[in-house]
Amino acid sequence: MTVQLMQGNEAIGWGAIAAGCRFYAGYPITPSTEVAEILARELPKVGGKFIQMEDEIASMAAIIGARLGGLKSMTATSGPGFSLMQENIGYAAIAEIPCVVVDVQRLGPSTGQPTAPSQGDVMQARWGTHGDHPIIALAPVSVRQAFDLTVVAFDMSERYRTPVILLTDEVIGHMREPVELPDFSKIQIFEHKVTEPPEEYKAFRNTPDGVPPLVPFGQGYRYHVTGLLHDELGFPTQRIDEIDPWLERVNTKLDKHIDQITLLAEDAQDGARVGLLSYGCTARAARHALKVARARGLKVDMLTLYTIWPFPEKQVEAFGERLDKIIVAEMNLGQLAYEVERVVGRKKVVRVTRANGEMVTPQMILDAMEG
Amino acid sequence: MSHEVADRIEIRLAGEGGQGMILAGIILAEAASIYSGKNVVQSQSYGPEARGGASKSEVIISNGEIDHPEVIEADILVALSQEAYRKFHKEVKPDGLLIVDADKVKDADERAIRIPITHLAFETTGRQITANTVALGVLVGLTGIVERQAIEKAVAARAPRGTEEMNRKALEAGFAAAAAVKK
Amino acid sequence: MDDHILEAHELEKHEALIPQADWFNRSETLQKLRKNKKFPTIWCSGCGIGVVMGALIRAIDHLGLSNDEVALVSGIGCTARMPVYMDFNTLHTTHGRALAFATGLKIARPDMKVIAIMGDGDALAIGGNHFIHAARRNLGITALVVNNAIYGMTGGQYSPTTPIGGRATTAPYGNIEPPFPICELAIAAGASYVARSTVYHALELDKFLAEAIAKDGFSVVEAVSYCHTTYGRFNRLGTAADMMRALKDNTIAQSAYERLTPEEKAANTKIVRGKFLDVERPQYTVAYDNLITRVQGGEK
Repeated sequence: MTVQLMQGNEAIGWGAIAAGCRFYAGYPITPSTEVAEILARELPKVGGKFIQMEDEIASMAAIIGARLGGLKSMTATSGPGFSLMQENIGYAAIAEIPCVVVDVQRLGPSTGQPTAPSQGDVMQARWGTHGDHPIIALAPVSVRQAFDLTVVAFDMSERYRTPVILLTDEVIGHMREPVELPDFSKIQIFEHKVTEPPEEYKAFRNTPDGVPPLVPFGQGYRYHVTGLLHDELGFPTQRIDEIDPWLERVNTKLDKHIDQITLLAEDAQDGARVGLLSYGCTARAARHALKVARARGLKVDMLTLYTIWPFPEKQVEAFGERLDKIIVAEMNLGQLAYEVERVVGRKKVVRVTRANGEMVTPQMILDAMEG
Repeated sequence: MSHEVADRIEIRLAGEGGQGMILAGIILAEAASIYSGKNVVQSQSYGPEARGGASKSEVIISNGEIDHPEVIEADILVALSQEAYRKFHKEVKPDGLLIVDADKVKDADERAIRIPITHLAFETTGRQITANTVALGVLVGLTGIVERQAIEKAVAARAPRGTEEMNRKALEAGFAAAAAVKK
Repeated sequence: MDDHILEAHELEKHEALIPQADWFNRSETLQKLRKNKKFPTIWCSGCGIGVVMGALIRAIDHLGLSNDEVALVSGIGCTARMPVYMDFNTLHTTHGRALAFATGLKIARPDMKVIAIMGDGDALAIGGNHFIHAARRNLGITALVVNNAIYGMTGGQYSPTTPIGGRATTAPYGNIEPPFPICELAIAAGASYVARSTVYHALELDKFLAEAIAKDGFSVVEAVSYCHTTYGRFNRLGTAADMMRALKDNTIAQSAYERLTPEEKAANTKIVRGKFLDVERPQYTVAYDNLITRVQGGEK
């Protein structure tokens, strides 16, 4: 492969192709539409299928249906569409159907500012649907990482039988950077292996690692899938003795693999008492501020989160323990700062927030550092 | 403060929607990255309308890592409309370079370099739409921000089929105008 | 075609056809029911949905389809509970979205017979947009709409097919909204096969369902049913048996309807049963496979 100048949204499309995604359903919405456009063009070339559905609710439903039919599947959207998808994201979580949902965050609430960036869907990604369920959300900081984390999103969604949210933003989605994509044929995605015969297969079995293998429809392993609370066979149940073990498994399955799921970068400096914590496009502003601050002789640490959910409590807690002040920079009014405060205590956290469609600037972060 | 991070050049190309300034930014970014091996970040913003309104394209060029992906204080501003100039001229470094279309931007700072970019485009190719290519010739001719060969390759690679020669001429006109200013 | 359909009252006269005690175990057809699921169903005794399930099983059996090659997709509501009782690949989804889930499944597995099972509220209110778009695409899915003109599971609210004047918990003074004609809507939206019968005419349902499932295109079967527990009670329509009888008395076969004079047709208030559309149109997954062939052949 050669160096190409590529948008983040394009890189996401290529990441999907590289990960073996062979079905995309979506509805046009700024600033995510390029993901759909590239997959409409590229999927048929590799025998995959693209469909523009009538809305985002249908798009989310279709990717779940297609994954049950055996195709790795993805959709991409932005704030308003992400809101519409929530019910069926909850369905994918409870029915444990792997799928990837790209949310190119734009300024909200409501229609907001379609072409302006934001990181306002952090909490929606975690708690957008009703009820409790685990979720994975990944936030890239560059175009190349948009590719990488799309591949990782597919791998994690398969490995842990969960929807994975690629929580990117308009800045990363639309900006162009030179990238050299890796050889797609070397990319390996987790594949489910079933050893038991169909008559013994239980699609929602309690396994030691919390993730029972999934066999697609039409291969002799007939089973029931439902959004109702269900037993190991997938049949609806109201029996507490069947519901409790199932709930326990589903709600703890990601915890069992938390070290593999947690992706972040730590840039520590001896003697630092101040730390920056950021993610997505704002991490770029924070890194700029970090370099300027260090050039001015300040000692500063930085933690960039790539995995937003499950929240990397262990690492953030350690970060908080060795520092006096943590500056959390994000393009919302402090959504992830709530989590940081929960883990390290409110007194240590300084919020640098902006929710007017303009990026947090390095100067804003420097001011917080020096203030 | 962008100066405090070594080796970072910030360029802003601005005009009306439809003048091709976003494409010009992409071509410049490709010249700097694909054809020169540098690191770049290119971004843009535009209003919801496909034509008219103010649109801008930003290119940041560095030999190292580029963190903040947006212009903090531009080293270079190219403005092809009065509105674009009005909006962005204050965000240029004191020693920065201002390039304006002499016919379209009547009211500009003294230090601005005035070149009739759109007029030159029409005169050279018969088509105003090539003004963005002329602007790239002016920009590279004045600053040497990338090698001439790199921008030539980048323009040729992006030119729609059948317009390669027209765009080559437009680029050349830009370089010629820059050379005239430098004398 | 209604000539050779046994009417239910005729069936009663033929004792030999009435199921014996061990019929369940002997019936190959009913082996399509799930064995690893405990009955009874969630439906009220006397409900028509079970009749539709029987018709569906017989239709699938008649076509000689294996259990593995059939997928049943449903949304939410009394009717949507049907798949869990049958031994196929079964997907019980969110309210109104059965066709959207089915769309993804059918595109992933064009070789499978995908049947979306919906009630009237599921298919035409919350799922109305998916219904017309699935029809427009002519995706090879069978939409089985059990129309009982009410939201039964939630206790009897008016639906998009409740007749004007019908009473429901949310229409205590009588419904003022005109109902959707399901079959006409499907035809207008682009379906390939459209038929309507009732739970009283179970054998006719068998036939329509078998034809619909065999069709390579979007096929719709409207199975008119009733809800004696809610709508029947609110509107003093009697027992389940009374409502079943009303389906016999208040419907007319299409063949008979066609013989009516224009004046009689204009005055007709009976539900017309019959096959209203059976045409060949390019099926979506076939069209997409053609697109893949073109693209992989180098077309730009």
